[in-house]
Amino acid sequence: MPTQIDEKTLSQMSTLAALPVEPSQEQQTLAALNEVLDLVAMLESVDVDGVLPLAHPLERYQQLSADAVTEHVDREALSRNAPDFEAGLYFVPKVIE
Amino acid sequence: MNLRSATIAELRAHLDQRKLSAVELTDYYFERIDRHEPTINAYVTQLRETARSAAVKADKIIAAGQATALTGIPIAEKDLFCIEGTKTTSGSKMLADFEAPYTATVSEKLANAGAVTLGKTNMDEFAMGSSNESSYFGPVKNPWDTSRVPGGSSGGSAAAVAAGLCVASTGTDTGGSIRQPAALCGLTGLKPTYGRVSRWGMIAFASSLDQAGPMTRSAKDAAIMLEHMAGFDPRDSTCLTEAVPRYSQHLDQPIKGLRIGVCEAFFETALDATVATQIREALSILESLGATLIDVSLPHMTASLGAYYVIAPAECSANLARFDGIRYGYRCEDPQNLQDLYTRSRGEGFGQEVKKRILVGTFALSAGYYDAFYGRAQKVRRLIKQDFVEAFSQVDVIAGPTTPTPAFGLGEKAKNSVDMYLQDVFTIAASLAGVPAMSIPAGLVSGLPIGLQLIGNYLDEATLLNVAHQFQQTTDWHTLTAPEAP
Repeated sequence: MPTQIDEKTLSQMSTLAALPVEPSQEQQTLAALNEVLDLVAMLESVDVDGVLPLAHPLERYQQLSADAVTEHVDREALSRNAPDFEAGLYFVPKVIE
Repeated sequence: MNLRSATIAELRAHLDQRKLSAVELTDYYFERIDRHEPTINAYVTQLRETARSAAVKADKIIAAGQATALTGIPIAEKDLFCIEGTKTTSGSKMLADFEAPYTATVSEKLANAGAVTLGKTNMDEFAMGSSNESSYFGPVKNPWDTSRVPGGSSGGSAAAVAAGLCVASTGTDTGGSIRQPAALCGLTGLKPTYGRVSRWGMIAFASSLDQAGPMTRSAKDAAIMLEHMAGFDPRDSTCLTEAVPRYSQHLDQPIKGLRIGVCEAFFETALDATVATQIREALSILESLGATLIDVSLPHMTASLGAYYVIAPAECSANLARFDGIRYGYRCEDPQNLQDLYTRSRGEGFGQEVKKRILVGTFALSAGYYDAFYGRAQKVRRLIKQDFVEAFSQVDVIAGPTTPTPAFGLGEKAKNSVDMYLQDVFTIAASLAGVPAMSIPAGLVSGLPIGLQLIGNYLDEATLLNVAHQFQQTTDWHTLTAPEAP
């Protein structure tokens, strides 16, 4: 289990998470992340051979519902929180130059 | 009756006997909010108009003799429960202006029962924290000592009840976020079995762990709140279908013969010596009520913090990917292109703790690291669950401390996040296993409340509440009130 994140990995994670890390914050961020990974390293001491991962604490299957319309989405109400919405469309910066 | 510290059960009698109207009660609490909120900062949003309308309606229902246990009772809701037309921020700049387009199942159930929601309470940003200091809306102060934190992430919900700014509140618990602030503020707080309460309309942090529950002044009040909050909801596919018992009807059973497990590991790690003494005293009280104390072993509990800080960040990194600055939430000024819009909106909209956890979660889920981190943590999670299954084959309830120490000072743990994470060292294992657990007041240490944690078997909230109620019939720690804030 690798326990440290370096600058290169941080840059990759920053891209994947769409979260910018300013150059001035890089060392501080690395230290904070590696502090968490040092804590997480305690998992290495646990013998997990032959143990299956547990995703749902009660190991239940998710409830299925009938394939039927049960409620109608109020598009107008949902769009009210959009920063830039007009004529049924979400506006974003130009994608194709 | 002292209205400031009255319980739901006490107020019910007064409301039904018309010694007090719901409107008068609501006004009383808003007067207290006016006086103390500038110091405590428990609320993000106050709902004066809708609360008054709900109180007027409640008085009519009471007059018609159709009141439920909650009709006219002033409550507060953690600000991650969506309430239609109401600002719902999750303590974040990202959602500072978000107005919920629908209502969470929990909030709908409580409103249908006639509860009067006074407002939405402050919280750690996206429920990530143990001190309420990561809120975009400023820290909440602990009513017992305003230089200290109330705990978190449901810090506003805890402080509001403890300061007498509402009668009861809702919280959510992912790794201890109901139990830890309940302990630090002298309250009864219960995290139900995972799936007992619907998560629909709750802003998600870690979906396999998040669970809503009540924060109250007594176990009886927690029972009343929970029986109105719990139950199957077809809109949450992880919600359990089992019938919800009338918890408040099962509180009076004597606990003679009940087997209470004590895990010595709880007393060996990071526990303040004075807190340990007080918890041992609480255990001896349970013994004096006829319960038998039995040693139990939870061998993987020591790894729970590690498993949690992989699983919770992993799930949060996926859940919080939805905040893109396009459909709702904060958008940066003058984005240069789509990528700039995404990254700057997220960079400016999220606080430091949230960003850190998203990056940790992204790392734990990324190619090459998934098996070593996320996969391994999920295997440890199974071992932790098996520990509880084994323990509950021998005992009915497990008891121990809720937190290592009483409330700590504001800013005291801000520089060392692992120090902050250790606040949840005793609560996280129950969250990972999905078993119900609660914290009840168990004394004062240096004038500050501490909590006794009771952990129950799957779906057995009734036994937890029964034990808590019997403990509270013998002790008066839960009746102590915080000094009046300036």
